[in-house]
Amino acid sequence: MKREVPLIISMAAGIFVLIGFFVPHPLVRTGYDKIQQWVIVVVAFTYVLGMANLMKLNLDQIQRRAKDWPYKIALVVACLATMAVGFQNGSHYLDDGTGFTWIYNTFYSAMSSTMFSLLAFFIASAAFRAFRVRTVEALLLAIAAFILMLGRVPIGSLIHPVLPQAADWLMEVPQNAAKRGILMGAALGVMATGFRIILGIERTYGSEGGS
Amino acid sequence: MSIFASLAKLDRRWIFLAIGLLVVVPLLTGFHIAPVRPGSRAQGFYDAIEKVPAGATVLLAGDYDPGTIAENYPMHLAAVRHLMSRNVKIVAVELYPGGPPLADRVLHLVGEEFHKREGYDYVNLGFKSGNEAVMSQMGSSIPITFPADRSGKPVGRIPVMKGIENFSQIALLVSISAGYPGTKEWVQQVVSRYHVPMVAGVTAVSAPEYYPYLQAGQLQGLLGGMAGAAEYEVLVKAPGLATRGMDAQSLAHIFIALMILLGNLAALPQRAPAGRK
Repeated sequence: MKREVPLIISMAAGIFVLIGFFVPHPLVRTGYDKIQQWVIVVVAFTYVLGMANLMKLNLDQIQRRAKDWPYKIALVVACLATMAVGFQNGSHYLDDGTGFTWIYNTFYSAMSSTMFSLLAFFIASAAFRAFRVRTVEALLLAIAAFILMLGRVPIGSLIHPVLPQAADWLMEVPQNAAKRGILMGAALGVMATGFRIILGIERTYGSEGGS
Repeated sequence: MSIFASLAKLDRRWIFLAIGLLVVVPLLTGFHIAPVRPGSRAQGFYDAIEKVPAGATVLLAGDYDPGTIAENYPMHLAAVRHLMSRNVKIVAVELYPGGPPLADRVLHLVGEEFHKREGYDYVNLGFKSGNEAVMSQMGSSIPITFPADRSGKPVGRIPVMKGIENFSQIALLVSISAGYPGTKEWVQQVVSRYHVPMVAGVTAVSAPEYYPYLQAGQLQGLLGGMAGAAEYEVLVKAPGLATRGMDAQSLAHIFIALMILLGNLAALPQRAPAGRK
């Protein structure tokens, strides 16, 4: 029973949602919409679970004085403070001048942008230290990288007018062909996995292992 | 010590300093290297918005957060500027939790510029968790999926939402996306099912993923990274953040290409004996 009930629920929900995707008849559509709304509510609850998990893990590590525990205090305090300020601001928490907007602009926005900007430094350093042309494949990759890096920026047309056209050709023909193949392969894989779950062959979601 | 051996021992902090200067100096001084020339993908984005009649409603999905602000924000700003200049109504949604403040900032900034009123000419419905389920649910009913705007005002009391039931009333879907959930999911859940015309502005690193959709006609136009945003800014005749950033990006790209060359030259002495062996 413990095994069969989840299996039947998954099978029924899977088949119904699959039909609902293609059949717009109100009889199917009403139930389909209801399931979509449940999904939205369930996904919203995962944020609560995520928060609880974050707190549990970090508070535990702080208590044990695990490695880098002072940083975990910063994380917990920042998390709780942001939530408290957000709740205190109410439904207008995103309005100009609120404490939440101040936290968002001063900390979250600035730190996220900084993390992304650091990529420029790491890429430059990695280009010097790690990109070694030792094989024919690496040489082809390097040539493609040179054409794309220079052809995709305005200075490329100043270096040589053919560079932007070559960059476009690389993106639209070989790259696109490879990407299309990967997409189709991945889509077939997703379909196969979906059918395996619907038919009860794949049961890893029930922590039972394979078929 | 040979020049190659000296290169191999180059302290990486010099590389950091050089790339920092190459990016910061053009941004601060505003010197100009080369003009930005719009490509066919940016032209497609521009043409799709030009085709939207005045008074029609566009769904603007701002699915990014401050992590990719350098690439997504300029294209978001330029797209809203283009839409508002054509008197198109905007219904904004975000599927990234960090997205609503950025969408608000863009809508208010450009709204003031074009004297547009919140609630009448544009609305930000805010963030909703659920990823693809939200997109799919919007196909049945946008007011049920988003019963209130981001500040809690019921959609029934928002004039711009009057008559908006589902994607049938949406003239164009504009997706500004940093990853998942974003452009790919909008194409799969909305374009393929409801046949809504769609354009997308995405980060440079993810742009190759969307070329098949563009070639298949599921996307009418595509802005890839800051370069795409700069091309679009030229088309809307409002050079801004992206156009300014292109000179910095040009120099950074040249520097990285140079680093690959120098790195391989520096590695030559180490490779020669191994090759003979």
